[in-house]
Amino acid sequence: MDISTKQTDAPPPAPQPALTERKRDARGASRPGDRIFLGLSRGSGILLLVIMAAIAVFLTYRASLAISKDHGNFLTTFEWNTNLTPPVFGIAVLAFGTVVSSIVAMAIAVPVAVAIALFLTHYAPRRLSGPIAYVIDLLAAVPSIVYGLWGALVLVPHMQGLYGWLDDYLGWTGLFSWDGGAPRAMLTVGILLAIMILPIITNVSREVFRQVPRMHEEAALALGATRWEVVRMSVLPFGRSGVISASMLGLGRALGETMAVATVLSPSYDIQASLLDPGGGTFAQNIASKFGEATDQGRDALIASGLVLFVITLLVNGAARAIIARRKEYSGANA
Amino acid sequence: MSTAAVTDKRPSTLRGASLPKWSPWAIAAGSVAVAAGLGLVAGLHSKVQWGLIAALLFVAGTYGIAARVEGRRQAKDRVATSLVWVAFLLAVVPLVSLVWTTVARGVKVLDVYFLTHSMGIVADSEPGGGIYHAIIGSLEQVGLATAIGAPIGVLTAIYLVEYGRGRLAQAVTFFVDVMTGIPSIVAGLFILSLMLIFHMQPFGFAGSLALAILMMPVVVRSTEEMLKLVPNELREASLALGVPKWRTILKVVLPTSIGGITTGIMLAVARITGETAPVLLLVFGNPFINNNPFEGAQASLPLYIFQQYSAGNDAAFDRAWAASLTLIAFVMILNLVARGIARWKAPKTGR
Repeated sequence: MDISTKQTDAPPPAPQPALTERKRDARGASRPGDRIFLGLSRGSGILLLVIMAAIAVFLTYRASLAISKDHGNFLTTFEWNTNLTPPVFGIAVLAFGTVVSSIVAMAIAVPVAVAIALFLTHYAPRRLSGPIAYVIDLLAAVPSIVYGLWGALVLVPHMQGLYGWLDDYLGWTGLFSWDGGAPRAMLTVGILLAIMILPIITNVSREVFRQVPRMHEEAALALGATRWEVVRMSVLPFGRSGVISASMLGLGRALGETMAVATVLSPSYDIQASLLDPGGGTFAQNIASKFGEATDQGRDALIASGLVLFVITLLVNGAARAIIARRKEYSGANA
Repeated sequence: MSTAAVTDKRPSTLRGASLPKWSPWAIAAGSVAVAAGLGLVAGLHSKVQWGLIAALLFVAGTYGIAARVEGRRQAKDRVATSLVWVAFLLAVVPLVSLVWTTVARGVKVLDVYFLTHSMGIVADSEPGGGIYHAIIGSLEQVGLATAIGAPIGVLTAIYLVEYGRGRLAQAVTFFVDVMTGIPSIVAGLFILSLMLIFHMQPFGFAGSLALAILMMPVVVRSTEEMLKLVPNELREASLALGVPKWRTILKVVLPTSIGGITTGIMLAVARITGETAPVLLLVFGNPFINNNPFEGAQASLPLYIFQQYSAGNDAAFDRAWAASLTLIAFVMILNLVARGIARWKAPKTGR
């Protein structure tokens, strides 16, 4: 490319140091069309950076307005009364609920997703695995509100049996005690979130498992390994970082999921020790449910909680991307 | 391998004893029978418990029998295989149920009347009404978002692939990655904070802006991948003929990759069509038909589903399911068409 662009310069330029030459080429030759086009495309890139910066700046600005008026401790208060004067609100319950629901979702989704990915790459009959992978791709596109509707109207009634069973046999742990209310609690939310993030974790893990060098597997097979030993000794070690980053992408979605939580959970502003007792809330759910009745002051408070969510998801996604970038050459998970 | 139907423990000369091919089915049938018997005797009512007992018996039985006949390692392999199958079947159940319920309950009220009428004179508790206003709102908001997000996304990808070197390109790449993970509600809050500063009331275009923010990184990533697939020889041939770089990009690079770029944009459109949270914050919902996205609250399909669900009565639930079916159908058609285009116009990779 270097050479060809040089040829288009009408008078051959005097010999220059190679460095400046390359710099000029990278910016395109100095035609007006080129300059406009470069300006446009670089401008869009810069616009993206500006948007990101603006999101951080404006959220922080409105959040600081809200927090300065807050008469509780923003981090530890167990209340959300933004319409009082002075307002009292804190994110303790939301942070707890967000973390708990995400942990439940990950605990269910990651093993199942990895198993499905293994199923598709190593266990399923080849004729079956192609269409199934395609369908899972499509399922990743189902809007979250539909998952929410299904969760609230179909999943919740079906959870009754599981809740009763867990309460009977594991109720003594405290984590699974149930008072018999509607099963609109963190466990249901976690299960629904797990179903929602299953396709994305499966897809990325599948891509990674597919790139395991054939030689590794054949070497293991040649040594007499069973299929499970092949998976354990060559596929899983190779795919570990890919699976981790896939899980973190899924976690990022679970943390920020709004509508599915808002429809399923029956929220309250306290912390439930049991996963089966309704109550609690998450950042996104709280914003969606409190928004309607919020005054401007209340909206600022919701923006403050959104800022916390923004920072958390940035950290999670940044970590996932860092893991992917470190093993980019064969992870293939940079979707 | 398939002919080795050796059930006894006598080792053959070259390979260890192995269970016949039908043994998993036999064990499965046996464990289901035993579980059913146990369930009847112990008086367990829940069929789920029967299923769980059967599954446990199956795993234990497989391990025990295989360990006796084939050895411990083979037994572990069989257990792993059955666990992987179980995980797959376990995941299929909710996903199938989701699609099935939506279709089965959605067709109940979904008809031409439903698609061509609004909720203007229908209370949420009554049957009747439709989603015309929501379809209009969704189309306008998503259309405007695409008009903003797609060009910026494509241009950014062009910058990254064709020009981008150095610090700025690295920063853009990194932040595009980060932006992909922004929760949709945060994008909504960002626009909301702007609206609060300028004391604006909800209107459709505000939702479009938030949707455009969600769309851009997706378009950038997919377009980038497509542009990278364009063989360098094409660019070099064009440049060698003295064609300026910008015309090379417009006339050679983009036409070569247009199929993939279209696919990426359509997938992004499918994604933002289903977004509820930013629309809830910024567009607010409106039972009447509002054709002007720049003034006044509008409706949108996902928001309509949420509001009908919140209304909490059977007529509203029926409408919510029918709207869900419409939304899923729209998104799936977009997806299928996009994938079709991708396959049809896949760039020739030099060979």
